[in-house]
Amino acid sequence: MKEFLIHGSYLLGAALFVLGLKRMSRVRTAEKGNQIAGIGMLLAVVATLAAVAGLNWGIVIAGVIVGGAIGAFLAKKVEMTGMPELVALFNGLGGAGSMFVALSYYVGHRHQEGGAWAMIARLPESMQKGLTLADGLGGTAAVSTILSLLVGGVTLTGSLVAFAKLSGKMKGAPILLPARHAINIGGIVSVLLLGMIACFVTTGGFSTAALIVIVTLISLALGVLLVIPIGGADMPVVISLLNSYSGIAAAMTGFVLLGSSQGSLMLIVSGALVGAAGIILTGLMCKAMNRSLLHVLAGGFGDTGSSSAGSSEYTNVRSTSPEEVAMLLDGAPQVIIVPGYGLAVAQAQHAIAELDNLLTARGTTVKYAIHPVAGRMPGHMNVLLAEANVPYEKLVDMDEINPEFKNTAVAIVVGANDVVNPAAIKDPKSPIAGMPILNVFDAQSVIVIKRSLSPGYAGIKNELFEYPNTSMLFSDAKAAIQTISKELKDI
Amino acid sequence: MFIIGLYVFVLALFLGVEVITKVPPTLHTPLMSGANAISGITIVGAISSATAAAMTGSSVLAFIAVVMATVNVVGGFLVTDRMLKMFAAPPKKNG
Repeated sequence: MKEFLIHGSYLLGAALFVLGLKRMSRVRTAEKGNQIAGIGMLLAVVATLAAVAGLNWGIVIAGVIVGGAIGAFLAKKVEMTGMPELVALFNGLGGAGSMFVALSYYVGHRHQEGGAWAMIARLPESMQKGLTLADGLGGTAAVSTILSLLVGGVTLTGSLVAFAKLSGKMKGAPILLPARHAINIGGIVSVLLLGMIACFVTTGGFSTAALIVIVTLISLALGVLLVIPIGGADMPVVISLLNSYSGIAAAMTGFVLLGSSQGSLMLIVSGALVGAAGIILTGLMCKAMNRSLLHVLAGGFGDTGSSSAGSSEYTNVRSTSPEEVAMLLDGAPQVIIVPGYGLAVAQAQHAIAELDNLLTARGTTVKYAIHPVAGRMPGHMNVLLAEANVPYEKLVDMDEINPEFKNTAVAIVVGANDVVNPAAIKDPKSPIAGMPILNVFDAQSVIVIKRSLSPGYAGIKNELFEYPNTSMLFSDAKAAIQTISKELKDI
Repeated sequence: MFIIGLYVFVLALFLGVEVITKVPPTLHTPLMSGANAISGITIVGAISSATAAAMTGSSVLAFIAVVMATVNVVGGFLVTDRMLKMFAAPPKKNG
């Protein structure tokens, strides 16, 4: 009976994850979907507490209280602009969790009693008899332990590097080591090779333990090496991919526990679901930048043909003032706002919403053109604007809004750069050639609010700034928009 | 047992792809953060490994695993809820 209830809870939990994810892909049902998935998680945890014999309640309760407090604090405190970093951080912790479960399982099986240090020196009985790790744990668990360490380790340190880049603790520019591809491939191959030796060849407790430690360390190093060459602009792809990895790591943990924990299949199902979600988002992001996943992972965006793209000097750039912009906006039938990462940096979302309200009250139609990779994670702009109470119906996707620029009096570009660069469709030699862009240049007037003429993440010149219908408003985004709103009220 | 696990893994991948395709871009961030919270399911593994009675290497590692997985689960679901509440809230006019 207990067995039935436990498996029933796990199965119901897994089904709730599926239902929750389904609802999370529709705006109206998304909030419910997240709650449903949360209930699924609660069921899985309760079932586990009931299922595990000889549970050390002290560890579990202390761990849940500490972890829950940290998680709740971070979730409550984070600014919407900081969402990408927080998701990266949580991602890394999920990967780390999987890695530590694998380590703990290995150590727990190596040694039943004794201190933390004693276990390193002593040999478990099974191995004294000349048995390998695979003999001791079972082949599936042994191999899965290695894979769990690899994927979990890469997810942990990769996410931490992404976190550092996103939060500005580390420069966003790619760091390119010489022979980095050889190093990375060598790292992955050696993890797999050493892992297999640990599983099937070595029979001594110490040599196996040493190999496990080495495998873990190489995996952690790989996570760093894989993410440092990837530039800031490619972060949406990286976060999606790491999200997928954290799911795969959880599924691998499920394989480690197959046969020894009743929750193992639950882990595999949920891990695979998250893995699939991450893969889909990764694909969407790559498509939005017209780049293959391999190309993104190889890193070093912008170092290929930027020199051939001609001079980076600007000529004939016209600058404007908030008063002029306000006059232009007064009476405009349609205005399209193009937000980018600069909007997030300047925390200008509320100022934009205020300008939107003013214009709407004057009978102007206001829309927002959302490029799929605007910001630092998929959908980042949508979250920011939602925070400022902009109705999501006003946020229009790239394909739908592009034909509308022709009928638009004013397009205001706030903190976006590469995603409005016409070089992507007009210059086949450009490093961003072929990337889908927002056709803002079709609008009658284009206002670009930007601090300076400095290039975006692709590191290339933006010809849009020289177009005859473009005027630059050199200023901090928030201050500029607030001044425009003020001027508009005075008209 | 491994074969059952493999079947479940592959089929769940397909299920995930089917369930999640065609997500409107508006929901990309919350979906990612919600999926991220679900990857905290590794908490099941973390709890299962917390069986050592004494302070052993295994129990220290298990404690770390439980803490990290719980941060992922609790933080992930709460922050997703916070984001989605903003989408659901009727737009207030704050001139």
